[in-house]
Amino acid sequence: MTTAGPVLTSGFPDLTGVPMARRTHWGRWTAALAIILVLLALVRAFAHGQIDWPVVGQFLTVPVILTGIVNTVIMSVLAMALGILLGVIVAVMRLSPNPVLSYCAAFYVWLFRGTPVILQLLLWFNLALVFPTIGIPGVWSGRAVDIMTPFLSALLGLGINQGAYTSEVMRAGILSVDAGQHEAAQAIGMGRLRALRRIILPQAMRVVIPPLGNEFIGMIKTTSLASVIQYPEILHNAENIYYANSRVIELLIVAGFWYLLVVSILSPLQHLLEKRFARGTQVMTR
Amino acid sequence: MSKPLLAIRDVTKTFGLYQALRGVSLDVFQGKVLCLIGGSGSGKTTLLRCVNQIIQPDSGGIWLEDDLLGRRHEGGKLHRLPEREIARQRLKTGMVFQRFNLFPHLTALGNVMEGPVQVQGRDKASARKDAMELLSRVGLADKAGNYPSQLSGGQQQRVAIARALAMRPKLMLFDEPTSALDPELVGEVLAVMRELARSGMTMMVVTHELGFAREVADSVAFMDSGSIVEYGPPAQILGAPTEKRTRDFLSAVII
Ligand SMILES: Nc1ncnc2c1ncn2[C@@H]1O[C@H](COP(=O)(O)OP(=O)(O)OP(=O)(O)O)[C@@H](O)[C@H]1O
Ligand SMILES: [Mg+2]
Repeated sequence: MTTAGPVLTSGFPDLTGVPMARRTHWGRWTAALAIILVLLALVRAFAHGQIDWPVVGQFLTVPVILTGIVNTVIMSVLAMALGILLGVIVAVMRLSPNPVLSYCAAFYVWLFRGTPVILQLLLWFNLALVFPTIGIPGVWSGRAVDIMTPFLSALLGLGINQGAYTSEVMRAGILSVDAGQHEAAQAIGMGRLRALRRIILPQAMRVVIPPLGNEFIGMIKTTSLASVIQYPEILHNAENIYYANSRVIELLIVAGFWYLLVVSILSPLQHLLEKRFARGTQVMTR
Repeated sequence: MSKPLLAIRDVTKTFGLYQALRGVSLDVFQGKVLCLIGGSGSGKTTLLRCVNQIIQPDSGGIWLEDDLLGRRHEGGKLHRLPEREIARQRLKTGMVFQRFNLFPHLTALGNVMEGPVQVQGRDKASARKDAMELLSRVGLADKAGNYPSQLSGGQQQRVAIARALAMRPKLMLFDEPTSALDPELVGEVLAVMRELARSGMTMMVVTHELGFAREVADSVAFMDSGSIVEYGPPAQILGAPTEKRTRDFLSAVII
């Protein structure tokens, strides 16, 4: 005995350098094979089905469709922006120590989450039936039918409805920030609102971006409901084309293609935003 | 006798049915260091939070310089001050928390500059210069660009001290500043506090570091169940306490 290690019992084989045997993943191979067979069957069915693929290609980039998808994106972005603005305000009201503000916020969420979006869209669009003229008394007024265009009705209907959902996401985000952060902000003399803007919301953003990304993707598809109030988004325009040429499935495929494309572009954008707001956290270095 | 910088008179605070402070009175004089010791739940944190107005006492009064904190005495009644006034009064105290509470989305420098720039409206260049000076004072000039998650606990607490000092407070409040730290990191934070005391800062320190209290404190208050049981110079309170509760506490802590 020259070294001073622990005393060992003999009789165990030396495993140094013995290679690991490769495992065959039978389960994976069978699953992959089954899925390939199903896919082949699907492709074959669609290729031989009553779909005129050249028509799909032909309508994919016609101006009416392109205008439609641009209108869809514009409405999604604006309605979401309105929703986030309202969402932050309502969430802050909801958490306010002032009971009047808090109850107002709760009422707003109850009202707009409790009714279907399509009903809200129709109400905004038909506001003229309730209030023939609208405006600020003595300053300015106009006929509701002229003011409540499909665009404005869709924006108000979608944005205000979204605000109700977003306020709950924002509230969760604000509540997720440690109470010590409020105290530390107060301790350097910040008031409630400044602490919210400088300290609490930037930290809440990290938590709310994934659910907001979800909501935004939902919004892109919900804008299709605005077709009932004549807003020329992509589904509305696709419908107009197939009313004329009866190529229903082909045009629905065209619209589906564009929705998928827009949604696919969003994921990397969300990833960038997440990185931006992960400053200072461990997630950033991953 | 001169007026104290901080005067606490008959402060009580009740949470639900539990009376956390039962009439506490204290004076802290300009340039002096007061250490508060006492068992868990004795009300030390509650007292500091009253001085920093994170909570308001139920009765009694706290005066900093000549301002009654959080209240206006007028027409025989006490009126609650508006939040703006309370925020202004809070600028005179700097608070250092047990769990640091640095802003995780700002760098060390950003944490120190946040108050001067956002609250006091100072211009960024001069605030940055002052913040860098404070960071070097706590020995962290080379870590200015680090986020809190990239700093050790001791370094985070030193940044937190710099952040509090950046508001140029009259009184620094410390709530167990070293008790969330690994033992080998305690020394660096205590060294910064020792230097601060030597530079003439008035300090109120809740701590279990009896060695620090013995060396740095001008007076020590021992609290138990919401009252100050014993008060005096550190040599007397820590060396020859007269109250049984103080002796019991000290023998429990020293083991
Ligand atoms: N916000 C609150 N709501 C209800 N009870 C509270 C609250 N804050 C403190 N207390 C109670 O008041 C008592 C005093 O608490 P405090 O935090 O001041 O003790 P402490 O002396 O700082 O103790 P420790 O050494 O454990 O920090 C405790 O019993 C605590 O449970
Ligand atoms: Mg405490």
